[in-house]
Amino acid sequence: MVNMIIDGKNVSAPKGSMLLEAIRGAGISVPTLCAHEAVSRSGACRLCVVEIKKGNRTRIVTSCLYGVEEGLTVNTKSDRVLNVRRLVMELLLARCPESDLLQKMAKDMAVEPQARYAVDTDKGKCILCRSCVRVCEEVVGVSAIGLFSRGSYKEVGTPYNEKSDVCIGCGACVYVCPTGHIEMTSTGDKRKIWGRTFKMQACEKCGKFFAPVDQLKFISKKTGVPFKELTTCTECR
Amino acid sequence: MNENPDIQAHQLLDNLSLYYGPKKKFVAICAGTGCRASGSLKVKEALEAELKKQNMNEVDVLATGCLGFCEKGPMVIVHPDKYFYQHVKVEDVPEIVSKTVAKGEIISRLVYRHPETQKTLYREEDLPFYKKQNRIVFGQNGMLDPSKIEAYFNIDGYQALAKVLSEMTPEDVINEVKKAGLRGRGGGGFPAAVKWEGVRRAHGEPKYVIANGDEGDPGAYMDRSLMEGNPHSVIEGMIIGAYAVGSNQGYIYVRNEYPLAVTHLTIALEAARQNGLLGKNILGTNFSFDIHINKGAGAFVCGESSALFASIEGRAGEPRAKYVHAVEKGLYDKPTVLNNVETWANVPLIINKGADWYASIGTEGSKGTKIFSLVGKINNTGLIEVPMGTTLYEIIYDMGGGIPNGRKFKAVQTGGPSGGCIPERLLDIPVDFDKLYEVGSMMGSGGMIVMDETSCMVDVARYFLEFLKEESCGKCVPCREGIRRMSDILEDICSGRGREGDIEILESMGAAIADGSLCALGGSAPNPVLSTIRYFREEYEAHIKEHRCPAGVCKALITYGIDAEKCTGCGVCVKVCATQAITGEKKKAHVIDKDKCTRCGACIQSCKFDAIKVK
Repeated sequence: MVNMIIDGKNVSAPKGSMLLEAIRGAGISVPTLCAHEAVSRSGACRLCVVEIKKGNRTRIVTSCLYGVEEGLTVNTKSDRVLNVRRLVMELLLARCPESDLLQKMAKDMAVEPQARYAVDTDKGKCILCRSCVRVCEEVVGVSAIGLFSRGSYKEVGTPYNEKSDVCIGCGACVYVCPTGHIEMTSTGDKRKIWGRTFKMQACEKCGKFFAPVDQLKFISKKTGVPFKELTTCTECR
Repeated sequence: MNENPDIQAHQLLDNLSLYYGPKKKFVAICAGTGCRASGSLKVKEALEAELKKQNMNEVDVLATGCLGFCEKGPMVIVHPDKYFYQHVKVEDVPEIVSKTVAKGEIISRLVYRHPETQKTLYREEDLPFYKKQNRIVFGQNGMLDPSKIEAYFNIDGYQALAKVLSEMTPEDVINEVKKAGLRGRGGGGFPAAVKWEGVRRAHGEPKYVIANGDEGDPGAYMDRSLMEGNPHSVIEGMIIGAYAVGSNQGYIYVRNEYPLAVTHLTIALEAARQNGLLGKNILGTNFSFDIHINKGAGAFVCGESSALFASIEGRAGEPRAKYVHAVEKGLYDKPTVLNNVETWANVPLIINKGADWYASIGTEGSKGTKIFSLVGKINNTGLIEVPMGTTLYEIIYDMGGGIPNGRKFKAVQTGGPSGGCIPERLLDIPVDFDKLYEVGSMMGSGGMIVMDETSCMVDVARYFLEFLKEESCGKCVPCREGIRRMSDILEDICSGRGREGDIEILESMGAAIADGSLCALGGSAPNPVLSTIRYFREEYEAHIKEHRCPAGVCKALITYGIDAEKCTGCGVCVKVCATQAITGEKKKAHVIDKDKCTRCGACIQSCKFDAIKVK
């Protein structure tokens, strides 16, 4: 175990764990948008910043990526920390004005929209946290979506925004998206996502359309389980 | 494998050096990118043909890398007297050969004249531009043809490597570099030896050695000129570094927009391999090391270490958090030394001449020299190499020759796009890593852009933020979203839409972006804004409160008018005006219709009587 002082409290945390877990473990809340438990961490949203002190040196770090260290002093609510968080929230509110989640978080953090920024109308609710891209690569293993362009032109999508050959329509990206930006519609035996329409498999027993055929084929190929054994939904299995 | 590597390394190298017997007389012509653009290759061909025609086969023509004084290109230097000729044209060549090369006579029209005293100065070292420089790294450019390894042997090339391999342990090398006080030339100023020591100690194989040649600052070209003009110095430094840290694999990351650098590096690497200086069992020892060239696609952010690693690995050039340092987990998560090309080029010098000699140059905390590219509103545009601690004043006025057209100096921007603007009253500060940081700028890789009274500081900040907006990788929120919002506000201010409170918003955003960004690009991106607000706040206020651009740059805030007393009514401006905004009778003062005028500046350029005024 490693001993630290967080907001004046003595806190110990397992060696090798990240500051974010240690801080939350001590009952202190830290806002995050891009740290999803299903995927690796990227440090993109910068909301989880904290101020650390080692010796006489203080610096701002992202707690989701900074490993716990013996003797570290951590301040999760210093002026510098709150300024960074306020800036991030103001910037995201201007980018995605329609996101309920951002509005709620901003309210909790007592951040008002910055009137000086012209509100974006073309970004939807996407904050580019890249959770969807990571889950598609790391958990699903197909990398059907990725990030394109640079800087403020950056966006998430399938290659050339064309229908993806490798997408299995599983919807993991929808599940991890914190703001609900990714559109997925399911009607009857059809599911639409990323511009492609997938045929849904009906459960052999209850008849409910429960998963895209492509997804079941992908699972069958990956695990060696015959496709036929996968055509029953999890509830009836 | 030889029995006694100690003797072998030196002997092998001595044998290599014998290949090249230099001629006593030679004519050096700058074939750096700048001089090539002004036609130096044609002059070179003419020189070769003319020497042949006049039967002077004993004289060599040396197409060298950049000689630094780009303003005066194409430059020819006639050895052994080192006569310096500027702006040489093909037509000048027969005379240069028949008079100067053959008889040592000087051609006065090609000689440099001191702009103030009008005194003619014949030799390179007499020119004020060169006089105060100490070109320990860059000076070698003038002595060699970068495409010939023999030329590098001839100036003690690879002697440092032989010394290291035969007489020094890796620890000795690290200690020598530590004693010399070499700090990274890429901008960070991190002590090179500390990095090397870290990699030497780190667990994990293989270890990598990388030269960062992704110079991306607008107006900066010192790394380019080093790679083009003296590639072996970079390569030798890297081999020594690899020996010190225990690496067998190196990369040179160079922008594909630097085709001549890529060509010369490729030739140099192949020549080094053929001479047993790269590859297996270097100079007959147990040490093996090779270098690959990795061509970058031109993203500014790829000069950042972790983005550079990602790019070599074949991924998008995005930085990652560096809480675990590159010395432990760098390229492919293996221990990695990444140094700038200029840093590497310093290493052979330290080994050859000793740490004490090296440490005697420079200031307390910054040793050695630094190459700067001096551009913008300056008389002597070019590359200079000065001891650390030289003042900005000396650089701009003594070497740079001051500001053209009798205008007044306003600011110098150091450290590239994310550096800061330093005003006149701070020109006496000695240039080193720490001093520049103290005044709100940074060393960066060595760009220096000089601005005069016709530069609007708000417009300058707007320009750099626009650049950084385009070059932000877009991974983290403060950089991606913050820079574009700052850029929008600056655009507003320059267009007359600035609001009360904008300066304060920019200041507060700047501080939070610097604190909150993932990498140094975002971390330093607000510098151009913060430093111009710090030193030129009144200019921002004039834009916002009075809708006035004091420098007369921001089009929305200026009007063009004609001074009736100066105007002769010649009508030249009428012809160049694209919007027919200027009218008037012949030989009488003309007027400009403010509504039609687009403030393009064409009339100002065309007016010989200085009659057009900007308010």
